[in-house]
Amino acid sequence: MSDMTQQRESLDVVVIGAGVVGCAAARELSRYRLSVVVCEQGAEAGQGGATKANTGIIHAGYDPAPGTLMARMNVRGNALYTGLCQDLGVRLDRSGTLVVALSQEDRPYLDALLARGRVNGVPGLCLVGHDELMKLEPNVHRQADSALFAPTGGAVEPYEVALALAENAARNGVWFLFDRAVSGLEPLDDGWCVHLGTQELRTRFVVNAAGLSAAKISQAAVPEKHFHMHPRLGQYVLLENRPEYDIRHPVFQVPGPTGKGVVVSRTPDGNIIVGPTAEDTDSDRDLATTDAGLRSVLAQAHRSVPTLDERLAITEFCGARAIIDERDDFLIEESAPGFFNAAGIKSPGLTAAPAIAEELVRLMANGGLELVANPAFIPTNEPAILFRDCRTEEQVQMIHENPAFGRIVCRCETVTEGDVVRAIHRPLGARTLDGVKFRTRAGMGRCQGGFCGPRVLEILSRELNVDPLLITKCGPGSEILATRLRPEGDSCA
Amino acid sequence: MKSDYDLIIIGGGPAGLAAAVGAVENGVHDILIIERERFLGGILNQCIHTGFGLREFGEELTGPEYAQRFEDRVLQAGISCLVDAMVLDVTRDKHVVVISPVHGRLEFTARAIVLAMGCRERTRGALMVAGTRPAGVMTAGTAQRLMNLEGYLPGQNIVILGSGDIGLIMARRFTLEGANVSAVLEVMPYSTGLTRNVVQCLNDYGIPLMLSHTVTSVHGAKRVSGVTVSEVDIGRNPLPGTEQDIACDTLITSVGLIPENELSRRAGVELDLATGGAIVNQRLETSVPGVFACGNVLQVHDLVDNVSEEARHAGANAADLIAGRLAPKQRTIRVIPGRGIRYVVPQYVDVHEADEHTVLSMRPDDVFRQATVEVVADGRDVPLARFRRRHLTPGEMVTVNVDSAVFRTCAQYVSVRVV
Repeated sequence: MSDMTQQRESLDVVVIGAGVVGCAAARELSRYRLSVVVCEQGAEAGQGGATKANTGIIHAGYDPAPGTLMARMNVRGNALYTGLCQDLGVRLDRSGTLVVALSQEDRPYLDALLARGRVNGVPGLCLVGHDELMKLEPNVHRQADSALFAPTGGAVEPYEVALALAENAARNGVWFLFDRAVSGLEPLDDGWCVHLGTQELRTRFVVNAAGLSAAKISQAAVPEKHFHMHPRLGQYVLLENRPEYDIRHPVFQVPGPTGKGVVVSRTPDGNIIVGPTAEDTDSDRDLATTDAGLRSVLAQAHRSVPTLDERLAITEFCGARAIIDERDDFLIEESAPGFFNAAGIKSPGLTAAPAIAEELVRLMANGGLELVANPAFIPTNEPAILFRDCRTEEQVQMIHENPAFGRIVCRCETVTEGDVVRAIHRPLGARTLDGVKFRTRAGMGRCQGGFCGPRVLEILSRELNVDPLLITKCGPGSEILATRLRPEGDSCA
Repeated sequence: MKSDYDLIIIGGGPAGLAAAVGAVENGVHDILIIERERFLGGILNQCIHTGFGLREFGEELTGPEYAQRFEDRVLQAGISCLVDAMVLDVTRDKHVVVISPVHGRLEFTARAIVLAMGCRERTRGALMVAGTRPAGVMTAGTAQRLMNLEGYLPGQNIVILGSGDIGLIMARRFTLEGANVSAVLEVMPYSTGLTRNVVQCLNDYGIPLMLSHTVTSVHGAKRVSGVTVSEVDIGRNPLPGTEQDIACDTLITSVGLIPENELSRRAGVELDLATGGAIVNQRLETSVPGVFACGNVLQVHDLVDNVSEEARHAGANAADLIAGRLAPKQRTIRVIPGRGIRYVVPQYVDVHEADEHTVLSMRPDDVFRQATVEVVADGRDVPLARFRRRHLTPGEMVTVNVDSAVFRTCAQYVSVRVV
């Protein structure tokens, strides 16, 4: 990397932030003959507040107000997802989504959503009555009145999308710098100087995809165009799935007096996710769940799916949507020559990300970025084949070729040592326990890493040739071990 | 490697080893033990403290020593052991699929199976403890493994949530390694671990046990920086105004154990919601004929000595079944937990003329002093059997030895209650 940071010549684009928007932008840019660097303050791609913690729903596009960027990016992004997921080998469950009217009084809201969706160009929207709803979704509340069905809605694992985009970008020549926060931005005659502590990057174009930090980054670069942002916290509960409350389509509620209402959805991993709350906060509050928040999520979820069993909770988490004050839309613009904001990317940001990436590249081309197709561009990733997903004869072959596939590291999710080693050595591979978890699901199951955590730590240490004391959960400061109790090498494990 | 065995035992921990011993003692030698770790002994290998074997051997042993005694007997008996091998599937017709780095994918068939997979620890996520999700939150068992097997200290300033036995043991262990344990919090008004562990692991080291307290929030973005703890009311709800912050870099959870029954489910074994384990008869045979369960996969035990006893019984019964010695079933009596009892194992009794005694094991749902455990038949008032106990607590298992004549006089069910 020294050749990149001690560069004499200017880079073409620096993308700030490796959330789903930054990763999508980087991947879109990698289609062209450009030098691109992504800098990310976290340890891995897709591990920030918004990308990591959201429902993973691919929205159809009936929610945003017509005429907004959100509406346009949502519908376009939704349409791009099928091809994108095929290219990247990412699971997309395009089941269609339901907005359920729990009583007759909710019907006008469905009518309004239907009308809005049609203006936004959402294909296939239709209203379904009680009987059909019960057929579509037998575990929804029996008294439910009707629903809006959006066949283009679906679900992904959001971290999987971000990681696959980042990996593909890396595969096509984009450099990623992790654990590097931007400390300053300085305009140059022909571009920008991006300061990363003691390092600096010279670049012609900057994309600000810094999520909640986007206002701060923008302030550093273009102080005259100030905007203020705040986090909107969302709390979620993830539950083991059971047939009594399995849900085939993400189920939304009509906003009621108690708030916007939560979603109950089945993740592609097969768990049930419920959430989020919507708590506007002004501080740099930690991403912390609260007892009240979790209770409220579960109480609201029970309104649409009464049989949910909270005793089967696997984990709870809190994410933050990046909200621009007094603006109910994304901010995607060239705010100074060569400086582009992709800010305020709240819901439906995950759905919109591929469209936002297209839009950013279009804006940069207008701003003078020459787009010459990269002849070496490969749109696909090497398939991330996990042992548990293989057929018996393939599994036999895998163990035969590499005995590490015969050793189960994570029992809950049937992850083998071979899977973990592969996840570490992929392009832009895992460097942290969370990185292994998001690539293999080791630690995501019932025991939450109780059994596999020490094993994964050992494998990371061995494969990366790093002292176990330096292995982290999610980057510097999140080390797992404090000290050695006995001299090195004196272990009986 | 051959593919047919009389008996396959899944799990080479204390339950699996004792089941093998029980089967050998009863004349069956064609046994395969499948263990996923590289060594036999299960969780005992990381339990380097003493206190094991007082009932079984009449002396106080460490975990590895206790395991070694059973391993020696298993190896002397020439029992086959497949280690570093994971069972992926078990079917109703006793077909077992295993993978191992050395042997690849293996398939076996058995005449009988003993399930002895043990249990896992309940996590912070299952408890829904609010707050951030930093590094430094782990179960007591994970910390124990890191310290005792791998040689690392996972933190310096410790708060322990839950007074289960592993949590108590780890409070002492952390202290001995120079870490500071600020407090052990227990949401119930009594410890859920053994009394002797409270005395020897907390009191002897001046570690405060805060009863009726719980962690209501975890702080720290990357690594734990502290926790908020609150007093709780009788319904375990945090009492507003009682919050206090304790600075720490590690939160250890010891909040319950859950039998690992994923394989049992695959085999079609019916489970008891109260125990989290299989529903069994007094032979410890599950709803799938020829499949037995014992140890912590059947019910969470307090002492390994009790695991060994139960498992030896399961192994002996499996041997009887293999040898065709099990008396035919006559009729079935259900065993139901009554007042003061959380669960009873077995959940039903097949009435056999040959049986003299039937062991019922159970957990009380509260602390009782000078109590009597009564066995009552068919909802009648007069108990058929009574057992006096000076002290009952949920942290300790209760076993009673019931004269089997009791079940023969009974029509449909017996219930067990505390008075």
